[in-house]
Amino acid sequence: MKRDIILSGVGGQGILSIATVIGRAALAEGLQLKQAEVHGMSQRGGDVQSNLRISSSAIHADLIPRGEADLIVSLEPMEALRYLPWLASDGWVITNTVPLVNIPDYPDADALQRELEALPHAVTLDIDALAKAAASPRSANMVLLGAAAPFLDIDAAKLEAGIRDIFARKGEQVVEMNLAAFRAGYEATQKQAKR
Amino acid sequence: MEKRELLLGDEALALGALHAGLSGVYAYPGTPSTEITEYIQDHPLAVARGVHRTWSSNEKTAMEEALGMSFAGKRALVCMKHVGLNVAADAFVNAAMTGANGGLVVVVADDPSMHSSQNEQDSRFYGKFALVPTFEPSTQQEAYDMVKAAFELSERFRIPVLMRLTTRMAHSRAVVEVTEPRAENELHSPAETRQWVLMPGNSRVRYKILLDDYARLETEAAASPFNTYTEGPDKRLGIIACGIAHNYVMENYPDGCPHPVLKLSQYPLPRDLVRRMASECQALLVVEEGQPVVEEAVRGVLPGPLPIRGRLTGELPRTGELTPDSVRAALGMSPHRTHAASEIVVPRPPALCQGCGHRDMYTALTEVVREEYPAGKVFSDIGCYTLGWLAPFHAIDTCVDMGASITMAKGAADAGQHPSIAVIGDSTFTHSGMTGLLDAVNERANITVIISDNLTTGMTGGQDSAGTGRLEQICAGIGVDPAHIRVTVPLPRNREELKAMIREEIAYPGVSVIIPRRECIQTAKKHNTAKK
Repeated sequence: MKRDIILSGVGGQGILSIATVIGRAALAEGLQLKQAEVHGMSQRGGDVQSNLRISSSAIHADLIPRGEADLIVSLEPMEALRYLPWLASDGWVITNTVPLVNIPDYPDADALQRELEALPHAVTLDIDALAKAAASPRSANMVLLGAAAPFLDIDAAKLEAGIRDIFARKGEQVVEMNLAAFRAGYEATQKQAKR
Repeated sequence: MEKRELLLGDEALALGALHAGLSGVYAYPGTPSTEITEYIQDHPLAVARGVHRTWSSNEKTAMEEALGMSFAGKRALVCMKHVGLNVAADAFVNAAMTGANGGLVVVVADDPSMHSSQNEQDSRFYGKFALVPTFEPSTQQEAYDMVKAAFELSERFRIPVLMRLTTRMAHSRAVVEVTEPRAENELHSPAETRQWVLMPGNSRVRYKILLDDYARLETEAAASPFNTYTEGPDKRLGIIACGIAHNYVMENYPDGCPHPVLKLSQYPLPRDLVRRMASECQALLVVEEGQPVVEEAVRGVLPGPLPIRGRLTGELPRTGELTPDSVRAALGMSPHRTHAASEIVVPRPPALCQGCGHRDMYTALTEVVREEYPAGKVFSDIGCYTLGWLAPFHAIDTCVDMGASITMAKGAADAGQHPSIAVIGDSTFTHSGMTGLLDAVNERANITVIISDNLTTGMTGGQDSAGTGRLEQICAGIGVDPAHIRVTVPLPRNREELKAMIREEIAYPGVSVIIPRRECIQTAKKHNTAKK
């Protein structure tokens, strides 16, 4: 088993919590794991990514080679496209479709839409709306994790246990909210895949 | 009993140090080294043992405090980013001369590709310069294991040990197996005290010993379990791979490397291992993160026409962080097939947070300077407010090193520049700005200093700032006229007040300090959540 995943988004959106949950679940499954994170200056509203590598055998590099990523999981559509040169030819993109516009030259909405539609293997979801409907806008990252879950080859129950772990100190209500978000994302992907 | 934990390289190193019987960590925050100290600050074992873990004012004070703890016989760790070692260099280089008593490990995190730094300097040069042994882990597990070995080596040879991390090692997580903690050292003074007094007569004696020890340390490195020589059948190429670069080589050979590989993680460079590889291979490739330290050394070690490839010959890029792909090209393999890059993607640079006090400060400052003093120059410093160079502010003219805002503004004023304005944060001011302010006061330099006070060390994630609550007293103590120490709250509704202050203090022919003070909105959010 091997999954090379690029998590992407904009500083402050919470991609590292997604990585933390997957990390806990992978550890519980006895898998090897390497996860390169971005800290420091770019966390201030810049582009951020994390290279997450999971495998049942030894992992060498902390970085994913170009053309080798199985998944791009993104909280922001342009940030998903930024990492296409790292995606394997049969790799999947799972992305939020809602742009975060904090720069003056953000691409035109139609052009962005066309590029997303042209991707051969993609799940594109309005993660913000799903989060709002199922839980709270703040749990968008757990909706995205749910949406990516069917592609991870990790037991969903182990991912849910990971969510319980990391949110436990914030109380049962927060745990339940994030679990609801996770399940909403999971179902949305299943629905889109069936279409 | 062994336990498995998922840890950042920084955290693995921190835990290794705690388990090695650490008595004190000394540091100033700096990406990518900050998490080492933060991990120790929060760890129950450090709390239970009362391990020293408060931030220092700068890297030099941290280095000296750790040296004092080592003098007293206990194990001490110093952590900093690569440019921090420039600040600590006087203490660091001379700590090799005094030597260590309790184990002393200096961790320096380099930042190739300058993810969050102003240059790409390679700390291994400092190791060689100061004649201290240097470790460079290739995995998080090694970071954990190595720091124990480093403390042992430090006590055996009575010398500080340099441990070099790079961003990718510091900020990448992996599973680490950890062991039981060792007890702390007892308080004990050095048996030999002469070498701790670095008067010329003592230093000359000690320097010869240091040189002899350096030769013995090379023998240690040759036998180190962290340096490995792996045979391979294809002798057309031999690969020397240092620290994390070893991973990028192995990534390209999923079924094992056909060439001999010398993995280097402990220095001084074990020259005999290099000569052995040279004697059996037709060419060498040196793969190392950072500057071509080993590549240059290898060229000096080997006679004859053996081709040596690496960053100096262009097989690997001369600048920037290595990747599995750049190493792949250097190994002569064709690139993987990839998707085309999207043509509509544009850069998304970082920016000051919405609602940040630095924004209000820059809005007022740029309005005054642009409209009323177009000849004005703004000398800035290291911190979040360096982002004032970017749109929409374009507010600053320089950013060089910690503290250089005040001193460069003074130098420019000495040359006749007016207005000459310094912008510095509160934490950077107490790190390295205070001495420059004293120079300015002593000469009554015509400068206006803005200390943009957000009550924290913001850029690195909100660590305590050494002068919080005492900046006015510090400035007055240094000799700034209290009538020209002005404080305000940087908010849109106070913009005219701040602009008036800036105008008045530019007009004042002497040193003035304006302190716009409002808590960092990131730490304010954390404090509000904690209150709920």
